[in-house]
Amino acid sequence: MATVQEETNVEVKAKLIPIFIMGKQYEVPESLTIMKAMEYAGYKYIRGCGCRGGVCGACSTVYRKPNDYKIYTGLACQTVVEPGMYLTQIPFYPALRATYNFFDLEGKPDEVFELYPELFRCVACNACTKVCPMDVEVMDYIAAMKRGDIKAAAEISFDCIQCGLCASRCMGELPQYHIAQLARRINGAYLTPRAEHLKTMVANIEAGRYDEGVSGLRAMDTEMLKKTYQEREMEPATAGEDWTPKDNQYL
Amino acid sequence: MPVNISKSGSDEKLRQRVKDISGQNFQKCFQCGTCSGSCPMTEHLNVFPRRVMALLQLGDRAALEEANTPWICASCHVCMVRCPRGIDIPKVMEAVRQLKLRQNINRIEPSQMDKKEIEKLPQIAMVSGFRKLTS
Amino acid sequence: MKIAYYPGCTLKTKARNLETSALACLDILGVEYEELPRWNCCGAVFSLADDDLIHMIAPVRDLIRVKEQGQDTVLALCSMCYNTLARANDLMKNNEEKRDTINRFMDEEPDYFGDVRVVHFLDYIRDDIGWDKVKEKVSNPLNGVKVAPYYGCTLLRPGEVAIDRPDKPGVFEECMNALGAEIIRFPMSAQCCGTYQVLGNPEAALKVSFDIIKDASSHGAEAMVLTCPLCDYNLGRRQDEMIEKYEGAAEFPLFYFTQLMALALGASPDVCHFELNRDITMEFLKNKNLMAKVPA
Repeated sequence: MATVQEETNVEVKAKLIPIFIMGKQYEVPESLTIMKAMEYAGYKYIRGCGCRGGVCGACSTVYRKPNDYKIYTGLACQTVVEPGMYLTQIPFYPALRATYNFFDLEGKPDEVFELYPELFRCVACNACTKVCPMDVEVMDYIAAMKRGDIKAAAEISFDCIQCGLCASRCMGELPQYHIAQLARRINGAYLTPRAEHLKTMVANIEAGRYDEGVSGLRAMDTEMLKKTYQEREMEPATAGEDWTPKDNQYL
Repeated sequence: MPVNISKSGSDEKLRQRVKDISGQNFQKCFQCGTCSGSCPMTEHLNVFPRRVMALLQLGDRAALEEANTPWICASCHVCMVRCPRGIDIPKVMEAVRQLKLRQNINRIEPSQMDKKEIEKLPQIAMVSGFRKLTS
Repeated sequence: MKIAYYPGCTLKTKARNLETSALACLDILGVEYEELPRWNCCGAVFSLADDDLIHMIAPVRDLIRVKEQGQDTVLALCSMCYNTLARANDLMKNNEEKRDTINRFMDEEPDYFGDVRVVHFLDYIRDDIGWDKVKEKVSNPLNGVKVAPYYGCTLLRPGEVAIDRPDKPGVFEECMNALGAEIIRFPMSAQCCGTYQVLGNPEAALKVSFDIIKDASSHGAEAMVLTCPLCDYNLGRRQDEMIEKYEGAAEFPLFYFTQLMALALGASPDVCHFELNRDITMEFLKNKNLMAKVPA
């Protein structure tokens, strides 16, 4: 029985529940995540554990619940244990990533088809979407990719953490998350609008527009700097859309 | 091409399997040859559709293995609309294909396709080709 | 009355000319349609294994989307998609056991009972709009155009989903006649182009396609109309290979019938995206003076 000794020496017992890790039963405190519960049970992570914050995709776990045929998935670091949970981890599922030099690509759908012809083996069974621990609509982005819509594939797959569970369940043997990554790379490099104002700003800086101002600040002593800072003109909290500062030299 | 007609040469499991997968009773075929006469792919076949039905009726697994018929069949369904016995011959061909495909043996390999081909092909070519010719 | 529109994968890329010209025709004819907001590839071929249900999931899912959109009719342009959706629909309508299994499997979707009506563009126009309405809207008749209709397999077979009599189809004729063109009948107009064998046995597919083109042109056709991107690939884009391989092979203009229909109904050639057809089609259109009368 687990006890937590507080300063006042009151015994507080955590409620233990049974879970099954790779078929073997363990009694673990009910408030723990699967990852902490496995460590409580004596497992030590040297693989299959990463950020512990739900974004790296290392700790994908598959589990079932008593009297329930369904397959449940979750990240071990985020999912809290339940009584009778019957789990195993799938820290890595092999999925073939095509080799390509990104800068040789022009960002056309045909290039994705050439690199991943197995894309066309998808039968829309939806097993991938059902198994995704991040609720990404995997089947939908594969469908988008099949019809050449790279932008939609990139947007739908945004939350993917590349845990590999989709590939593990795929009937057509596709490497969904690799295809999605390529779609997102192409989308970012070729399809999303460029930040023109950023380009302009960088050009202005390089042309020396702010050199005088910056060197002026640099030349000040601490007192002068403090005074300049405290006396700076600030945009009022309730300013309208058309407010401009009095000194608009650097706008 | 000699055809074996002996009890030991008849593969009952094969016949039952093809019946189950196709849902068709090819025993009904009375060898009229309309299917062979209608098939657009005959000049590329080493065994015509009529004969494939005969081989199935006899359970001649060896001869069936050598037939390229199911792999050249384009599922055009002309044989099916003309068969006087109402046998869905494309389903029978699909069943013979599945005997091989369900053993996880692909007829074409997606990963070995020529990239220039993929660039030219419409998506439906690959979707349908992979469905019919890969496991 | 609004109908749902199911494009299919290829119509957004290589067969864009089929989609844009067809939708332009629907606009001119006053048909209200809406593309399904969320759809997946239907699979292109109907699975013929009796015990295989997983390959039905893809087309059935699209039919569920039609119901989700609140429509009861879905129109397909690609004849392979039409065939797959229609056959899957029939299965869900008529086979109780398989319907039950499929609905049970797709536990994340509402149950489906086969109550959507699946149509192809041609039979929808014939049955719901009528060729007379089409004739009324023709402002640029296709005079002097002698086209061969290429039906292919999937519009006419099997009988349950055929849009016309498999042995004596006439719907292409009616369509082209309404547009002012002359139809040239030829024996191989419903013979298979080889479809997916372009992957498995490209030589066989090339030969059967060449035979079809030869048959059409030897009967006096100057062009051919069709409605499937894979037929267009086998019969059209592979003409270079035909010319290389077979004596007597020559360039032959190929159109999606909706491209000619759009021109006849007065749409701008831009919606037809002729740049996706073979070069010879532009020559053909210019020779027939079909581009001159169209408003810029």
